[in-house]
Amino acid sequence: MPDCLSGEDLSCIRGERLVFTKLTFRLEAGEALVLRGPNGSGKSSLLRLIAGLGRPTTGAIAWNGADIARDRAAHRARVAYAGHADAIKAALTVEENFRFWSELRGGGPEPIAALARLGLDRHANIPGRFLSSGERRRLALATLAASGADVWLLDEPTVGLDAASLSALEGLLAAHLREGGMVVLSTHVDLALGGATTLDLGDFTVARPDAQPDALQGAV
Amino acid sequence: MDGFRHVLQRDLRLAFRQGMDAFMAVTFFIIAGALFPLGVGPEPGVLARIAGGVIWVNALLAVLLSLDRLFQQDYEDGSLELLVLSPASLEVTVLAKAAAHWLTTGLPLIAASPILAILLNLPPEGYVILLAAMALGTPSLSLIGAVGAALSLGARRGGVLMSLLVLPLYIPVLIFGVAAVDAAVLGLTARPHLLFLGAILAAALPLSPWTAAAALRQATE
Repeated sequence: MPDCLSGEDLSCIRGERLVFTKLTFRLEAGEALVLRGPNGSGKSSLLRLIAGLGRPTTGAIAWNGADIARDRAAHRARVAYAGHADAIKAALTVEENFRFWSELRGGGPEPIAALARLGLDRHANIPGRFLSSGERRRLALATLAASGADVWLLDEPTVGLDAASLSALEGLLAAHLREGGMVVLSTHVDLALGGATTLDLGDFTVARPDAQPDALQGAV
Repeated sequence: MDGFRHVLQRDLRLAFRQGMDAFMAVTFFIIAGALFPLGVGPEPGVLARIAGGVIWVNALLAVLLSLDRLFQQDYEDGSLELLVLSPASLEVTVLAKAAAHWLTTGLPLIAASPILAILLNLPPEGYVILLAAMALGTPSLSLIGAVGAALSLGARRGGVLMSLLVLPLYIPVLIFGVAAVDAAVLGLTARPHLLFLGAILAAALPLSPWTAAAALRQATE
């Protein structure tokens, strides 16, 4: 039976606001889940919950049917997360930045080859402070791609990427899926991902009490 | 233990590349100590009487100033989330960061304390015990400080909050550190005070990484 990541009846409260509720998803090995939805609909929150940063207010996220909260260490080993912040140290070179995260996961591929996959091999000796925002994002993605984790969680990975890097990213994602990995990502642009399921978080948000209904606005 | 080595190496490398940070804690330690002869007056007897206390209080404050280095940058640039999510044990990571903090702050303070002792006219009998007490006490300061630094992450005016959290916890180290130096100066045995400092360190070694790790998980939720 293939591995399976699922969320059951999830809801999330952030800062006294119910971000989403009754959210359910299911993902098997080799499948991708694309999170869409307007700003504030909880894409990042859901990705963080899947990563294991915090717990859902209700419901549970499960790996092969077992709640991930029961074995955090095993979950950390199978998940790699790339959030909005790129986690790059200004004083370390690109290669040193990459090498640290890769060694912390018990060693990965050869750094230069891994960096080359996102066109960063020529920048290996440049300190992090001199990278442009697109290059920072590429370094974060190269680190994630070399993590060896089963599940990749990407929070708006396309931000700041040029066309060439975008297609390199699509290539990495496709290769990961072919090898039986899983991908959950949030995005506002269309990525070419074969057979990805789309989850629109707008469907699970609750109308905000402070939002003005259209009818009322029309009356005024 | 591989995780310990990798985090330690990285933090030491960062500290050396941004050398000013460690340098400033030691400079603060010496300059603040040098203010006392100016403030209290150059009377050698008075200075010798307060030397142990002044050195220790300055060491506490110098460590306090450098504590935001422990997690603040990692918190801001997103590294902390990845450290929390990494397969390496977070407790070991905290221990490695506290070790790196001690090597770049506590150790230079120990090395600089004889300079301050000369400025403050500490009697010669006190030097060896001062160094021994600092060697036993400053690792506890880094470890206890890690808990305060982790708890105050994300708070407005985190630095002030951290002082309020950490300084009361530093009191036992201060008391036994000063008592050890005073005992040596008075010709008494400093052994019981040093043993207490050792006991505090032995308790802080397992407890503070565990507590700080819990606080870091909370901060990244």
